[in-house]
Amino acid sequence: MSTLPATMPVAERPWVLPSRGRVGMFCLIAGEAAIFTIFVVAYIYYIGKSLSGPMPREVLEIPIITTICLLSSSLTIHFAVRALKQGNIGSFRIFWFITLALGAIFLIGTARDWHHLIYDRGLTISTNLFGTTYYSLVGLHAFHVTVGLVGLTLVMLLTVGGKVHQTDAEHVDVFSLYWHFVDVVWVVVFTVVYLIGR
Amino acid sequence: MRYSGMSTMLAAQISPTNIFAPASTPAHSIHELYLFVLAVTGAIFLVVFSMLVYAAVKYRSRPGDDREPVQIYGSDQLELAWTVIPVLIVMVLFLSSARVIHALQDAPKPPGAIEVTAVGHQFWWEYRYPQYGFVTANELHVPVSDDAQPTPTFIALLSADTDHSFWIPRLAGKTDLIANHPNGTWIEPHETGLFLGQCAQYCGTQHAKMLLRVYVEPRADFDQWVQAQKRTVQSNAAMSPEVSEGRKVFETTACINCHAVAGTVADGRFGPNLTHLMSRETLAAGAASNTRENLRLWIQNPDAIKPGALMPAMNLTDKELDEVTAYLLTLH
Amino acid sequence: MSSNSITIPNSLSGTREGRTWLETLHEWVITVDHKKLGLMYIGTALFFLVLGGIEAVIIRIQLAVPHNHFVPPQVFNRMFTMHGTTMIFFVAMTILFGFGMYLIPLMIGARDMAFPRLNAWGYWMTAFGGLLLYFSFVGGDGLYGAGTAPDVGWWAYAPLTSTAFSRGHSTDYWTISLLLSGFGSLATGVNVVATIVSMRCRGMTLGRMPLLAWLYLVMGGLLLFTITPLTAAQAMLMLDRYGGGHFFDTQAGGSAVIWMHFFWVFGHPEVYVLIIPAFAFISEIVPVFSRKPIFGYPIMVAATVAIGFISMSVWAHHMFTVGMPSWGNAFFVLSTAAIAVPTGIKIFNWLGTMWGGKIRYATPMLFCIAFLFQFLIAGLTGIMLGSAPVNWQLSGSYFVVAHFHYVIVGGILFATFAAFYYWFPKMTGRMLNEKLGKWHFWLFVIGFHLTFDFMHIPGLLGMPRRIYTYEPGRGWEGWNLIVSVGALFQAAAILCFVFNLVWSYFQGRLAGNDPWDAWTLEWTTSSPPPDYNFAVLPEVRSRRPLWDIKHPEDPDWKYE
Repeated sequence: MSTLPATMPVAERPWVLPSRGRVGMFCLIAGEAAIFTIFVVAYIYYIGKSLSGPMPREVLEIPIITTICLLSSSLTIHFAVRALKQGNIGSFRIFWFITLALGAIFLIGTARDWHHLIYDRGLTISTNLFGTTYYSLVGLHAFHVTVGLVGLTLVMLLTVGGKVHQTDAEHVDVFSLYWHFVDVVWVVVFTVVYLIGR
Repeated sequence: MRYSGMSTMLAAQISPTNIFAPASTPAHSIHELYLFVLAVTGAIFLVVFSMLVYAAVKYRSRPGDDREPVQIYGSDQLELAWTVIPVLIVMVLFLSSARVIHALQDAPKPPGAIEVTAVGHQFWWEYRYPQYGFVTANELHVPVSDDAQPTPTFIALLSADTDHSFWIPRLAGKTDLIANHPNGTWIEPHETGLFLGQCAQYCGTQHAKMLLRVYVEPRADFDQWVQAQKRTVQSNAAMSPEVSEGRKVFETTACINCHAVAGTVADGRFGPNLTHLMSRETLAAGAASNTRENLRLWIQNPDAIKPGALMPAMNLTDKELDEVTAYLLTLH
Repeated sequence: MSSNSITIPNSLSGTREGRTWLETLHEWVITVDHKKLGLMYIGTALFFLVLGGIEAVIIRIQLAVPHNHFVPPQVFNRMFTMHGTTMIFFVAMTILFGFGMYLIPLMIGARDMAFPRLNAWGYWMTAFGGLLLYFSFVGGDGLYGAGTAPDVGWWAYAPLTSTAFSRGHSTDYWTISLLLSGFGSLATGVNVVATIVSMRCRGMTLGRMPLLAWLYLVMGGLLLFTITPLTAAQAMLMLDRYGGGHFFDTQAGGSAVIWMHFFWVFGHPEVYVLIIPAFAFISEIVPVFSRKPIFGYPIMVAATVAIGFISMSVWAHHMFTVGMPSWGNAFFVLSTAAIAVPTGIKIFNWLGTMWGGKIRYATPMLFCIAFLFQFLIAGLTGIMLGSAPVNWQLSGSYFVVAHFHYVIVGGILFATFAAFYYWFPKMTGRMLNEKLGKWHFWLFVIGFHLTFDFMHIPGLLGMPRRIYTYEPGRGWEGWNLIVSVGALFQAAAILCFVFNLVWSYFQGRLAGNDPWDAWTLEWTTSSPPPDYNFAVLPEVRSRRPLWDIKHPEDPDWKYE
């Protein structure tokens, strides 16, 4: 015989394991957290060690508005997912769009801050250690926000096209984990760069 | 605590860089610790090895015996035993190591200590003696230390470029030279002689020929050497025409961009200080012995001796080469 | 249609009657089947093993006698850099991933990995990374002596890797090829964890998984935190080299030491990523050939998890010579010594498995026995190196080179050979030839010990590593010659092995489902398994489902 059956009488409880999408996302988040940790460690290590050039205190303005936008987007995406789980596509669409908009505001705000820093304050990645660690850390985060925005946009287009249903709630929920992660990272980056490092 | 005598002498005969032939306090401390660690690991090896051999032999299946043996799943008592005993061994190893770490790294500098600043370069060693105010290269001289009046040498370790490591096995463990990260080490040699070593951290093409030579001398000889190194070149000294031509070549070509000869216009810092070049037994950080032929060849084509060294071939004519060599040969 | 009436072709299930070779090639290129991908990983690893081996032979010929002129220093420095990089990233990781990919779904009763397409993506990223690394030999440019293949050592210490000291693009080939294959490794970590957590068959609680699944779960989790620091550091290096960054720029106040920290935060757990799958093979094979269950299953799991955690706290034992403060050195001595405890526990448990058994000495078991002896010695030289003052003498010397080759070749490679001889029948349907197997084994044992036992001695006599030549009169000559001779024996053994692989694929004795009388789920399928693995997904009640079936009067679930 080509296969040996291995059935034995087993307990009748249902056999439920965690969803692989969720586990996979948590693993991805763990790996990304490690990458961010290294950049944060570099940032903290080099605080006060620049030999020259503008210091954080001199040029950094605390980005209150964009931070509020980004952190609120975690709330709105949570509402969006909850709406989808309940089958309320209309609410889902609205909250999803707001999330997308808040994320976009964050990115645009960051771009404007950078423009100001580079052209008006003369701080670039090669200026000094502060410049190097600042742009790389905030830039890495902004890159992750961008990837999230691409995903948000994709889902937005699919929703507008009528292709997103209540049955997709689990997938959207897993994606939202990524977005929450991006927000948590911003809390850390914000604390390290704008509170501790200044 | 020192193990002098037979075993060290024998070990030194086998190799001049034998870690089992310590000749200086740090090397002795490490040697002692290592023998202890060897004893512990050796004991563990004998016990586990013999049990493995025993099991492999005794529990072989015999031909014709197809029954399965008794299925044993584990034993809590055994697990406890072979957890607790290793934990105890770990504590012993940790405490004995910590003691030596503290003794060697946190050793205070006694008032009679010699101070040297070693700067690692690709692929040679710069030595500055701040107490005496001179700079030399590649061959380190230190006085022998005696227990009554210890004169260890404390060496500050800096780097001008990539990472290097200062390793003379018979005198001490190695410590790295890293740019923007000053380190230090110390030696306290108890026998005179020439001690060998080499750079122990890959630093580029000619890492292999960045050799170390430490001359441990009786105090009187060391003091004499110091006096000789402090002398600068006499600019009015009588020179033969060839030598004076050579000096002109030296001082008007690119040589002075990299090399220094105290008391002359040559003040370069990229390459070794040549003030007392002829007081050294070797050239190019030990890559060749210091003879006229090797010196001339080195200036003509460094890659012939040390391919990838950062000294460029100077493209001098044969006449210029002879003259410059003659000049350098006067730098005692 | 009953599951018993399916005919399985008598060769790798990839090839079928009546297909052109182009169609077969296409099938393999687009596959997302874990078994095919596993075999592709293994095949790729064997290819790079040959390249890395050639580099090793070149190194050993150059070092056989002092002041040799076989290769100039520039070439030698590329050889040791490429040898290390190739062997760690494109041989060891790749082959261990390959076995994992192949075996995990079969052993947990699943039809494939959690993310089959991610699996394929990870493989192709790895393969591309390897090819990119070797493209450096032809594609690198730059000033004389500074182009072509990377020559900065496999750790690529700063500031040697800055554009000031490494001109041209050789260093960039190192950085980018590893960055890309690193993403592949991250994908593997995600896939392995998700598969083992989410795809186990009914009844297979975590406590009933084969130890191989547990160990790969720990490895997968470790990968997530291991490869990512290297990714970050490499991004920083690229920013320094081309973006104007100053992360490791000592002239701007940057730190060379911080590269070392970041690299070894990757580098140390990385060696546990390598050894844990080797432990997995041993833990599956020794019980079967001792005819007893693994001794102390719960402790083996706990010890492995402990090793995974502790391994993240020992990294600076690679940096004892860089001038950390004494309390820093002392901490890392303690954490390093601590990891010896769970590791020792594993050795004792394998011993306990053999004890009271009825050991059958087929080729897989021979390699396992050699592993146990060699891994013991490797662990003990590791304890020596873990004492910082002793490390101040021995690090950067051939003693360290001997130690880690003892672990990687004497430990990991021997365990991998055991895995080959054990699972080749399952993968191909044919047994590897026992006689050739024994030749392979003994030739390799002789070569391994000639090279790596004697290699410790020049280290003790003061010979640093990464030197293209050495001075006569330091007492290093004879030992280096013996070391080099051993390399030839190992090369002969590998040829024997490759010949065995090819010959047995065509002519080997037919294996059947369960040639070793083993107990885990993969032996319930045909050899090779069908594409879908199991016609009916199994249900299990103990750690050894096949033992329960073969011994219904004395099943495991009565005792667990």
